[in-house]
This record gives sequence, C-alpha cells and structure tokens, in this order.
Amino acid sequence: MKEIAYFPGCTHLHTASHFERSALSVFEALGWRLVEKFNWICCGTVHGLSTDNLMQNVSAVRNLARAESAGARRIVTNCAMCYNTLKQANEMVKRDEDALKNLNEFMDDEPDYRGGVEVLHSLQLLREIGLDEIEKRVVKPLEGLRVAPYYGCLLLRPREVAIDNPERPKIMDEVLKAIGAEIVRDARLKYCCGSYHTVDRKEIVLSRIDEIISAVRRRGADLIAVACPLCEFNLDKRQKFLNKGGLPVLYFTQLIALAFGKEEDCLFEKHHVDPRPLLKERGLLR
Amino acid sequence: MRKERELLRRVMEISGQNLYSCYQCGKCSAGCPSVDFMDFTPREIIRAILDDHEEVLHSQTPWICAACFTCTIRCPNEIDISRIMEALRQIRLRKMHDGIHPSKIPVDELLELPQIALISCFRKMTG
Repeated sequence: MKEIAYFPGCTHLHTASHFERSALSVFEALGWRLVEKFNWICCGTVHGLSTDNLMQNVSAVRNLARAESAGARRIVTNCAMCYNTLKQANEMVKRDEDALKNLNEFMDDEPDYRGGVEVLHSLQLLREIGLDEIEKRVVKPLEGLRVAPYYGCLLLRPREVAIDNPERPKIMDEVLKAIGAEIVRDARLKYCCGSYHTVDRKEIVLSRIDEIISAVRRRGADLIAVACPLCEFNLDKRQKFLNKGGLPVLYFTQLIALAFGKEEDCLFEKHHVDPRPLLKERGLLR
Repeated sequence: MRKERELLRRVMEISGQNLYSCYQCGKCSAGCPSVDFMDFTPREIIRAILDDHEEVLHSQTPWICAACFTCTIRCPNEIDISRIMEALRQIRLRKMHDGIHPSKIPVDELLELPQIALISCFRKMTG
C-alpha cells in the first residue's frame, strides 16, 4: 500500500462526506492510502488577490508549513477550492521570497515554511496511478451512461495552477472513459457555477446552473460529474429552485467507486436529485 | 481636494496590474459568465478607471465577479482582471463598506449552505 499526505478540507467532514468516502474507497482499491499527517485547518477557501494583503494567505501557508514539518513532500486534496487556494498560495510564496519571509515571521509559532511541498488534486493522482490501473479494477463498466464532466473554475484557472489545458481539459473525461462512461462535452462545463453567490445572490447561481444543465441535457447527458463540493451544492442542491425535472449530479469518485463495485461507499442518498432510479434503470445498481 | 487619477493609482497599486496595457478588445467581457448581471462590463470598468470616473467604485460589477479567472486566462495583454475586481472590492471594504451582512442570511439557508460557500463569500465581501 502506498501512502500520501491528505488534506480533506471542511466539507469532507460534513456536506461532502460522500465525496470523501468514495474517494478514499477508490484510492484504496488502487493501492493508495490517503493519510491525514498533519493538523490541518481551513485552507482559506479563496486566494487573496491583492498585492498588499498577505493576511489572506496565512491560512493556506500555515497548512503548507505544517505539512512540510510533518515530512510530507506532496499533499493531495479532493476539493477543487482547497486545491486552488493551497496551490495559488504555494506558487506565490515560491515566487516571492519577501512574502514568504513575512508570512514565516508572522506565524512565529509554526516551523518556517521553505516551499518544499507540492499540492495535488486527486484527479492528478489518478492520472499518475494510470488509466490502465483504473481500467483493471472495473467490475461494472458504466456502459451507455452519458456523463458530462464539469470542471468549473478552480481546477483550470488561473493558468499557473491548472491541472490540465484550461480551455480544452480532458483529465476527467479520460478517467470517466476508463470506467466505461460515454462523455458529453460542452463549453459551459468549464464555466463558473456562480460559486459563493449561492449565499448572497442566488439568482446568479440559478441562471448559471440552468444554462449548464439545459446545455448538457440538449446534448443527451444522463448526469453531470463534479470535483468540487461548492459546484455540487450549486448544481445539485440548488436544482430544487429550478422546477425543471432533476438531472443527477455526482462526484467523479462516486462514479469510479460504483464501477469498482463499491456501491456501499457511494452514499447516493446524499443528493437532492436522487441518481438511484437512473442507475437502477441502467442496470448499474440493484 | 481630490487628486487626479488617484483611483487609477490605487487600483494599479493594489492589483499589481498595468491598466494602460488594455486596448479595449473586450475579450474579458465576451467570455464573462456573469456579465448579464453586471452594470458595467469588465472592459467598461477598466475604461472608466483610466478615464478617472470614480463612480465605478459604486458599480455592482466587482461584487458580481466571483473570481473565476476566465477573463484572466484570455486577456491578450496578460492583464489579470480578477485582480482589478479585487482591488475595487478592497478599496470599498477598507472604508467599511461591506458587500454582505451575514446577520441577514435566513437561518434555514445557513443550516443548508456548505461551509466553503459561507467562508468564501465573507472573505470576498466583508472587510
């Protein structure tokens, strides 16, 4: 069994426990154990974009310092927001010596961070493990299931943190193809879901998800796959305000777990739009 | 007395971006997924700052922008427009003008919203 340091992020303990359970199950089947090796805290959720306010990076860099002092050279996370925030802060301090020095001085209760940690998203770890390895473990190929892989913003932008080509991503497509799914593509799959405006301007989120869901539905998608707990909340839970008949939205890890025969780790009941009738109809679920 | 182009100077300082390199092609606004909700398009925001029109400080646009970075990766002159929006938010936030009042969020919503939605919203919209 191989090991890698793991950063769950807040949602994995609460609203996105089905993301965590399915992801850990998938990686275990592939021979990898994701281990919480350091005392992690909130990633900060959004990267500070002003030049004169380092405070917004303290949370992310504190995690990186703790990871480094625990001996982790790489950390992996499932959450696209955690990935983006940790990775952007990491790139910033690697580029800007003064910023790193200031942050280290401010966090005088932590060991200094030296920039020696690499931040990975779980899709990158899957790519590293290899599509062949994934294919080998499939016991129930998702044949005939038409999946629209929704990348959203934070795995692809800004360019310096992109896990794939930001205009033509295919990393999630390839993983889903390896488990037998058919891929539905649309330009809107890499556009914003409305993000945190789900708190203060829900109308923006409803307009965004209506556009995305209508587009993939026109292209014949059976469901949408996501890699971010906020995208999942907006695309799935906020559908209750659309009144248009639900389109299921699942984490990519739930689909892999299903194909690996690990139904018990999918927790499909945690979704607003219940995917089980569709999966039963396709013979993928008992 | 109001200093000439003070807003431009502040935005360039906080964002670290050179607004003078904008040639108004409008790619930022063409690709913006939330432009329909904005009162000024991102291109108009930059023009207004360059023209020293301080009313952009009261525009809704920086509060609508959720930093999805689509404009940022597409600008032919490599201007990070997300950082310009952040600078406009910061100028307001540093004068105690918050974009959201957490106490007004209904309790049933609070119970349902994931933590990352609340924290990211508060971090972007409160000072």
